[in-house]
Amino acid sequence: MIHKFKQLGYNIVLDTESNAVHVMDDCAYDMLDLISAPMNEQMPEIFLTMLRDYPENDVRETYQDLYELYQNGSLFAPDDYQKYSDTMVKSPVKSMCLNVAHDCNLRCGYCFAQTGDFGGERCIMPPEIGKAAVDFLIKQSANRENLETDFFGGEPLMAWDTVVETVKYARSIEKQHGKRFRFTITTNGILLDDEKMKFIDAEMSNCVLSLDGRRETNDGIRKTMNGGGSYDIIVPKFQKVVEQRERAKKDYYVRATFTKNNLDFADDVIHLRELGFIQLSAEPVVTDEKQPFAITNADLPRIFSEYDRLCEYMADEKNPHFNFFHFMVDLDQGPCAIKRLRGCGCGNDYVAIEPHGDIYPCHQFVGIENWKMGNVKDGTLNADIKTYFAKTHIYSKKGCSGCWAKFYCSGGCNANSFIYEGDCRTPHTISCEMQKKRLECAIALEVNKAMKE
Amino acid sequence: MKHVVTINKANLKASAEKGGCGKCQSSCQSACKTSCTVANQKCEAER
Ligand code: SF4
Ligand code: SF4
Repeated sequence: MIHKFKQLGYNIVLDTESNAVHVMDDCAYDMLDLISAPMNEQMPEIFLTMLRDYPENDVRETYQDLYELYQNGSLFAPDDYQKYSDTMVKSPVKSMCLNVAHDCNLRCGYCFAQTGDFGGERCIMPPEIGKAAVDFLIKQSANRENLETDFFGGEPLMAWDTVVETVKYARSIEKQHGKRFRFTITTNGILLDDEKMKFIDAEMSNCVLSLDGRRETNDGIRKTMNGGGSYDIIVPKFQKVVEQRERAKKDYYVRATFTKNNLDFADDVIHLRELGFIQLSAEPVVTDEKQPFAITNADLPRIFSEYDRLCEYMADEKNPHFNFFHFMVDLDQGPCAIKRLRGCGCGNDYVAIEPHGDIYPCHQFVGIENWKMGNVKDGTLNADIKTYFAKTHIYSKKGCSGCWAKFYCSGGCNANSFIYEGDCRTPHTISCEMQKKRLECAIALEVNKAMKE
Repeated sequence: MKHVVTINKANLKASAEKGGCGKCQSSCQSACKTSCTVANQKCEAER
C-alpha cells in the first residue's frame, strides 16, 4: 500500500510495506493515482490522455521509473508480515514502570492519575516493594540483559527514599545476574534540589521534565495545591537540570501537554526552546470528551495546521535547532519489522507496579481491577493477560492492517483504546488522526534534510 | 531516475527476517510517558 501527501513543498510517497520513501515530480505523483498493483511492463496508452498536461515523452519515462521501483520492491510491495504476527508469543518482561508515589504535589487539571491517587488512596511505595520489583524483573526477564525501570507516579520525587534505595539495590545485584539496569524518571520538578539532581545525573539515563510551555498555558492547568501557578517554581530548576545534562550529553526531555485551551501549541514549543531546552515534546491531552479542555474531532483541522506550522518552523534553518519527539523518525535504522508489529509491549514485555506491589499491564491500567496481573511480593503473573497482549498487534487490531501508518504507529496505545473505545484492539480514532499527521511531518522533515544534502 | 528520488534504503522486509531479538527499549506511545512513536527508536542488536 502507498500513501502520498504534500508537505514542505515536496510530493512524498511512502510505500508502507517496504518502508521506502520517495520524492516525486508532479507527473509521477499524479500518475500514481492511476496505478495499482500488479503493474505491467507496458504503460496503458490511456495514460497519455489522462495525463495530457505532461509531454508524452515525460509520461512514458515516468512510467518506466515507477515500474522499476515496483520491480525492485519499493513500490506496492506486498504485505507478507502477517505470518510473523501469527507466531507472536509471550516475551520476557524487560521493562517496568514503578509508580512509587500515588500522590502528587500539583493539581494538574488533565491528570490521568486523577491528581496522583489513581482514584484510590494517596500512598507511597515502601522501599521493600521497590526491591521486590527489582527481583521480580530480574527473574521475569529470562535472557534479556538490558532492563528498564521508570520511576513514575504521581510524583516520584515524593518517594525519594524508595527511588534511591531501589536504584542502589539494583546496582548491587545487576552484575551477578548479568543484567544492566537503565533508570529513567518523570517529574514535575517541584521537589528538585541539588542533592536529587546529582543523583539523577549519576543514575538516570533519561529524565522527563513536565512543563507545558508559556507561563499562561502552564499555569492555566498545572496548578499548585492552593491554585497558584507552577511555572516560576519549576522553570529555574529545569534549566539547571538541562544545563547539566546537555553538558554531560545525557538524555532528557521537556514534555508539554496541549489541550483545547492552547491549540496554538507551536508557540509553547518555541517558548520551551527559548528557555534553553533542546529536547522537546508536546502531546495532545487524552481525556474524557466532556472535559472543557478535551480535544475533539472538531479541533483536528486546527491541530493539523499547527503541526504544519511547527514543521515549517523546524525546516527553516534560520530558526534555532531543537528536536521535537513526535517529528523524529529514523527512516533507515529504525526498529525491525517484528518490533513494529506490537509497539509498546504493554502487559507483555512491559508492566507497571503500583505502591502495594500489584502488577498491571501498564501505568494507564493501574487501578482497573480486571487488569491486575499479580503482585511482586509473591511473584504471581497472570499468563492469560500476558498472552492476550502478546497477540495484540497490528494484524489483530481493528483497521490497523489497512492503515498506511501501521509500521510507524504499531497500533497505537492499548490503554487509550481500552479506556475510550472499551477494547484494546479498537484504535482510538482521534489519536489515529493526529498520529498520522505527525508522521507526515516527521517524514517530510527527513525528506527535507536529505534533499538539501 | 529522472522523476523520482528515493530517500532511504527501504529495508523493512530484510529486518523482519533477522529481527525480533528484543534488545531494544520498550516504548510507551501515550501522551503521559516517554511517548515516542516506535519508529524513532533505535535498534540495539549488535550490527
Ligand atoms: S492505531 Fe490507528 S494510526 Fe495506528 S496503525 Fe492502527 S489505525 Fe493506523
Ligand atoms: S498501552 Fe498506552 S499508555 Fe500503556 S505502555 Fe502502551 S502506549 Fe503507553
